[in-house]
Amino acid sequence: MTMAMLWQVLHILLIVALAPLVTGWVRLVKSRLNGRCGPSPLQPYRDLFRLLQKESVVAHSASWVFRAAPYITFAAIWLAACAVPTFTLNMALVPAADLIAVVALLGLARFWTALAGMDVGTSFGGLGSSREMLIASLAEPAMLMVTFSLSLLSGSTSPARIMMFVLSGNIGLSVSLGLALVALIMVALAETGRIPIDNPATHLELTMVHEAMLLEYSGRHLAMMDMAAMVRLLLFLALIGGVFLPFGIGLPGGGPAQAAVGLAAFLARTFALASLMAVFETSIAKMRVFRYADFLGGALLLGLLATIFHYVSEAV
Amino acid sequence: MPVLIPEAANPLFWILAFPLGGAGFLAVLPSWRQAAIVNVAISIGTFIGSLALVAHRPEATRLFFIDDFNVYLVLLTAFVGVTTAVFSAAYIGREVRARRLNAMRLRFYHSMYQAFLFTMLLALTANNTGVMWVAIEAATLATVLLVSLYRTKEAIEAAWKYFILCSVGIGLALFGTILVYLAAQPVMGDGPDAMAWTLMIGRAAEFQPDLLNLAFVFLLVGYGTKVGLAPLHAWLPDAHAEGPTPISAVLSGVLLNVALYAILRFKMLIAANGHTLTPGPLMVTMGLSSLFLSAFMLYRRGDIKRLFAYSSIEHMGVITFAFGMGGPVANFAGLLHMTMHLLTKSAVFFAVGIIAQNAGTKHIGDIRGLTVSHPFIGWGFLVSVLAIAGLPPMGVFMSEFLVLSSTFARDPLLAAPLALGLLLAFGALISRASQMAFGTPLARPTLYGRESPMVMTFVYTAFALHIIPVMVAGLYLPPDLVRWFQSVAKMLG
Amino acid sequence: MLSHYSYDIAHLIGATVLMAGFALLYQRRLQAVLNTFAFQALALAAAAGWQAHVQNAPHLWVTAGIALVFKAILVPFALHWLVKELGIHRAVETALSIGWTMIVGVALVALSIMLVLPVTANAAALTRESLALAMSVVLLGLLMMITRHNAVTQVVGFMALENGLILAAVSAKGMPLVVEISVAFSVLVAMTLFGIFFFRIRERFDSLDLQYLETHRGDR
Repeated sequence: MTMAMLWQVLHILLIVALAPLVTGWVRLVKSRLNGRCGPSPLQPYRDLFRLLQKESVVAHSASWVFRAAPYITFAAIWLAACAVPTFTLNMALVPAADLIAVVALLGLARFWTALAGMDVGTSFGGLGSSREMLIASLAEPAMLMVTFSLSLLSGSTSPARIMMFVLSGNIGLSVSLGLALVALIMVALAETGRIPIDNPATHLELTMVHEAMLLEYSGRHLAMMDMAAMVRLLLFLALIGGVFLPFGIGLPGGGPAQAAVGLAAFLARTFALASLMAVFETSIAKMRVFRYADFLGGALLLGLLATIFHYVSEAV
Repeated sequence: MPVLIPEAANPLFWILAFPLGGAGFLAVLPSWRQAAIVNVAISIGTFIGSLALVAHRPEATRLFFIDDFNVYLVLLTAFVGVTTAVFSAAYIGREVRARRLNAMRLRFYHSMYQAFLFTMLLALTANNTGVMWVAIEAATLATVLLVSLYRTKEAIEAAWKYFILCSVGIGLALFGTILVYLAAQPVMGDGPDAMAWTLMIGRAAEFQPDLLNLAFVFLLVGYGTKVGLAPLHAWLPDAHAEGPTPISAVLSGVLLNVALYAILRFKMLIAANGHTLTPGPLMVTMGLSSLFLSAFMLYRRGDIKRLFAYSSIEHMGVITFAFGMGGPVANFAGLLHMTMHLLTKSAVFFAVGIIAQNAGTKHIGDIRGLTVSHPFIGWGFLVSVLAIAGLPPMGVFMSEFLVLSSTFARDPLLAAPLALGLLLAFGALISRASQMAFGTPLARPTLYGRESPMVMTFVYTAFALHIIPVMVAGLYLPPDLVRWFQSVAKMLG
Repeated sequence: MLSHYSYDIAHLIGATVLMAGFALLYQRRLQAVLNTFAFQALALAAAAGWQAHVQNAPHLWVTAGIALVFKAILVPFALHWLVKELGIHRAVETALSIGWTMIVGVALVALSIMLVLPVTANAAALTRESLALAMSVVLLGLLMMITRHNAVTQVVGFMALENGLILAAVSAKGMPLVVEISVAFSVLVAMTLFGIFFFRIRERFDSLDLQYLETHRGDR
């Protein structure tokens, strides 16, 4: 029991500690692929530190929503990330964790961010909020569809139990799982605001989705928001890696040695996935806004097909 | 089961080898005049082979077989092949004179004509359902290329529509064929046995009924597209109107019949298995809708070939209705109607071809007074249209009467729409035909020139050879034919 | 005796063909449609090859070869060339919006699964699965033909339908004549495509029409 609590606490701290490194790594790989030297992977830490020390400037027209939103957003996303196992399945909160709750928490975070974007009354903030809501209205059902098919497969909505099921090897090369993977990748790209949905490095307000909502933020508020985005990226990478490639993860009842192996495995697959994502982002272009519906509709339909195919395999 | 490819003493070998060899030979023969004559000669050879086939039926193999159903269809196909080849020889001479066709295209035309006859005979005599499918698919290909022969914009559009619709139909028919194989496979093992019709019919009662049901739906929709059943008929009027008239004649007469033959072979399998859903209501519905749709469309047609294309749809609808009703009388009527329609419709198209060339136009409004300007063909045309419309005492009337009476006996409510549809079609055709046959003739353009009287005599003889049996069939049918029809009617259930 | 994994692999390849069918419906650019079709043909070749291996049927290797060479390489290449030569409009015109098309597509997949699975209760698991997938691909190809105006995309839809049929044919264990059927289909497509498109090229470029030359030659 105490081991479980220990691992849980370590997990919570690991997420926050690792998230900026992962983001920095992605930026480095993208730069190298573009032929540039690129910033050091530790740069996000320095940026965050710098922002935390600066004064937070707030507009006259801002309300309490504007000031509260960064904290609520960060807290919601951090809590959601706590439910997704990274290096071990032997954690205290596992029985309470639920993928649907994760989706709900992500939704909560997005809601508050969107409110904050509209709060000050600038047009770009509103633009970002409306686009974000468009994406959310399509991505959330898709994510739930994926959750549905994963839980049908494994018999539980807890991410830890799903990973245990995949590890146990009962699943073979399931088409249902493959389709769920593709759908989840598409949803992850949308939720974390990467190309082809949103360009995180853009400076042009008219092409922004996520950044537009953060335009008015500065100082520690901006630090919280950036941190939230980084943790969200790590959450999705951990989820995809854990559900579809859970090899090496520490099992319940395992000791420190297993946890160490699990940590190494987790780091390996997270950075590998991050590199793959960077390569993918470099090789395609951002899609136009009116194509979001097609893209995310495709993800939703893939999730639906994953469920249908599950029943096909059952019936055969 | 003996050897797969029939050997030289077998008439089956000759009826398949002649057209196939002919196709190859005609592809390289440069002169179109010689090609026309060679075409007729090869068709005569095929016809003699089919007569030999009637006299002496070879044993069934896994690939080919002859029974009561396909023997008379083979004979008729070969016969229509000869007469249409004669008509084609006269027709294309005038087309060349009018500069609508050149030597290169005629080489292609003659070669494809024989290739088409080969595929039709192959489809009729095939025992293997896959071979039958391949033959019908090859026939689609040959006719698509022939429909677009004139290379006008309308011809290309017609060929494109034909290609798209019939290819989809063929694809669905293939799916049905695969499903039938899957139904047969657990009972008969893997391999060619599960696709041989003669072997399957014996054990069809053991096949899984649900799979057969699903398969038949696909087959009916797929091959039904090629038969021209509504609502899948959209390709038929254009393809018949824009292709050369000899091709319209064989399309209408032969191809529609062979596609229906394919459906009926599978219907026999369904009938042999007692637990399947009866396909009757579906066929009845499709038949009636074809009948009504075409009957109404007949009234407003302006193009003569399109008029008779719709008439083909109408008759195919009646035939499908008859087979859908089922029972010995209705099946007999359907088989008789298939035969009569084949003979009459080809004759009609012969007449239409000559008339259109004489008048220089295909437009009905511009054709008048045929009985005055060209007495033989004018009266012949009128007689053949009366035959196809179903005037007593000709063959078509006999078969329609049999269908009506058997429907009335079994299901009086269906007989009313059937009778109505037939009467509507009758009215439209009679009014059009009399409009063209009587009155004062319009000025005759000489674009197409005149063909020599000797050639025209051959054409008229061919025409007569089609019409006279139809006229006689209302009163007298040869007993052999009746026997064949009755045995097939029993197999159809 | 098929092991669990060989069944799974066949299922996976079949699902890839189906996904490619959906991807065909999703595209908005003509070149993307042609590339996606090439991918579907590639998956089909893989499926045929796998069936050849699993069923011990060497003639299916020929089918796989035909699918690979003809459909994955020759036809897309030729269509690309045609699109360029004829200057065909590069955007895909649809009768139904892409979103609705995909929804109808999923409904068709569900329909075919509901139709095929109960009916084939006696057949082998591998066959049933592949048949359900094949029927879905056929219906998706049909949907594509119905909802597209452009001639090139209609032909691609037809060839996608054909891919589904070949998938069904290779999955039916021991079915003879599969090679002949796939050859027949390929010949149909090739001849018609080039017969009709060739005429359009000639019409457009107003080029050497021999008939006119013959008229002026003074010969008959």
